[in-house]
Amino acid sequence: MIINKETISQLASQGKRLDGRGLLDYRDPIKVDLNISWTAEGSAKVQIGNTVVMAGVKMAIEKPYNDTPDEGGISVNAELLPLSSPEYEPGPPGIKAVELARVTDRGIRESKAIDVKKLCITPGEKAWFVTIDLITINDSGNLFDACALAALAALKSAQFPKVDPATGAIDYHTKTGEKLPLLKEPVVVTVYKINGSFMVDPNHEEEGAYDARLSVASDERGIISALQKGGAEPLSLEEISQMVDIALDKAKFLRKVLNSELNMRD
Amino acid sequence: MAYTKRVDGRKFDELRPIEAKAGVIPNADGSAYFKQGNTIAYAAVYGPREMFPKFKQNPKKGILRCFYSMMPFSGSGERIRPGGNRRSQEISMVMMNALDSMVDLSAFPNAVVDIFVDLPQTDAGTRCVAICAAGIALADAGIPMKDIISSVAVGQVDGTVVADLNYNEEAYPAIVSDIPVAMTHNGKQITLLQMDGEISKADLMKALEMAKIATEKIYELQKKALKEKFTQE
Repeated sequence: MIINKETISQLASQGKRLDGRGLLDYRDPIKVDLNISWTAEGSAKVQIGNTVVMAGVKMAIEKPYNDTPDEGGISVNAELLPLSSPEYEPGPPGIKAVELARVTDRGIRESKAIDVKKLCITPGEKAWFVTIDLITINDSGNLFDACALAALAALKSAQFPKVDPATGAIDYHTKTGEKLPLLKEPVVVTVYKINGSFMVDPNHEEEGAYDARLSVASDERGIISALQKGGAEPLSLEEISQMVDIALDKAKFLRKVLNSELNMRD
Repeated sequence: MAYTKRVDGRKFDELRPIEAKAGVIPNADGSAYFKQGNTIAYAAVYGPREMFPKFKQNPKKGILRCFYSMMPFSGSGERIRPGGNRRSQEISMVMMNALDSMVDLSAFPNAVVDIFVDLPQTDAGTRCVAICAAGIALADAGIPMKDIISSVAVGQVDGTVVADLNYNEEAYPAIVSDIPVAMTHNGKQITLLQMDGEISKADLMKALEMAKIATEKIYELQKKALKEKFTQE
């Protein structure tokens, strides 16, 4: 079904959406499943409406960077699998995957969500490095919010693997029960501007109709740790102020959903 | 020292627990989830759709392509670098060969049918699980097929022929052989056969007989998954 961009745009200006949601409503259901991969140190699957993504955490011991000898590190990678949408093709990550990974990365890194000093084992020699891989299973829109939520859930579930004290080798088959030093819980809310109206959680068709978007990563105190404006249209200061307000409010909602999902599954 | 008791307590011809579902990826034309023991595969079929680049089009019939990939966190050791490697290329190729002869794309000249299989966690038998998932996804997509393909690994652990080896059996400290097999349901034709390790001819034939029975059990589960999807709709 090809839905006219004009229709979405006109409806938005009247505060309406094709699927009957309010402009600031997320889709149902929002589901979070932890430990969906026994081979990962931590993992989660997040579903928002028809969008399904996975995040997997792997840990390795490496030499710290020269300028931060007493710190471990994190990195985020995103794969837009051709399995997840007819629009994606096999091959190296394109700009969409790179942006997704980098926005998720900044949300976590800049909020200092992980205490990287605690990841250090021997300064200048050994530290834990954490890689978060984001994977799309079905892309029906709003990957920024879904991936950040999956990344946070996977980090919350992650456990260090056992290290042989004699050889220093990692036994990936044995988890220690020791959790990552998580200081903050950043979530991302992306606010879309379509024909003068603001909207969250667009589906695939709505994503094809926006004029501008703003992704806002914020922690539980409401402190912003990453911003990313997208789209060709400019935004005024007034609009940015409104969009950030929406994002901070919706972040509370997402955090509440995440925590109740995690408690329910404990 | 004979192998008299399997490491996970299964009977010699017993498969690991299997869970199969059809239609799990709404964007795809056909899709499946297949879990066998601790190995999980998602498969999605897209097509028939126009083949790009155009010079690869076949004006006589459609082309089948397979893309097998392990997710970066799905290996039992370190993170796997995304982007494919020689192993995933080879598996994609043998999967394609396993499925191609049973898929009839003569009605779709210049088109392509793509099968993507991605695994979030693995514990041996990944190519077989991938083929089982692909078989369901192809049927779910309504791609014309002469027969459905089911796949299982059989082999020999320290002199004993077994079905569906897990990682601990593949790594068993004795002579082990691992034989991934794919078989058609009606014709009992073999469309995938590989092996590594060591085995006598007598044990090989015994193992292949075991594969025949094992793939039949898998076929029933594939069929059940498809039925469940279409009776639900």
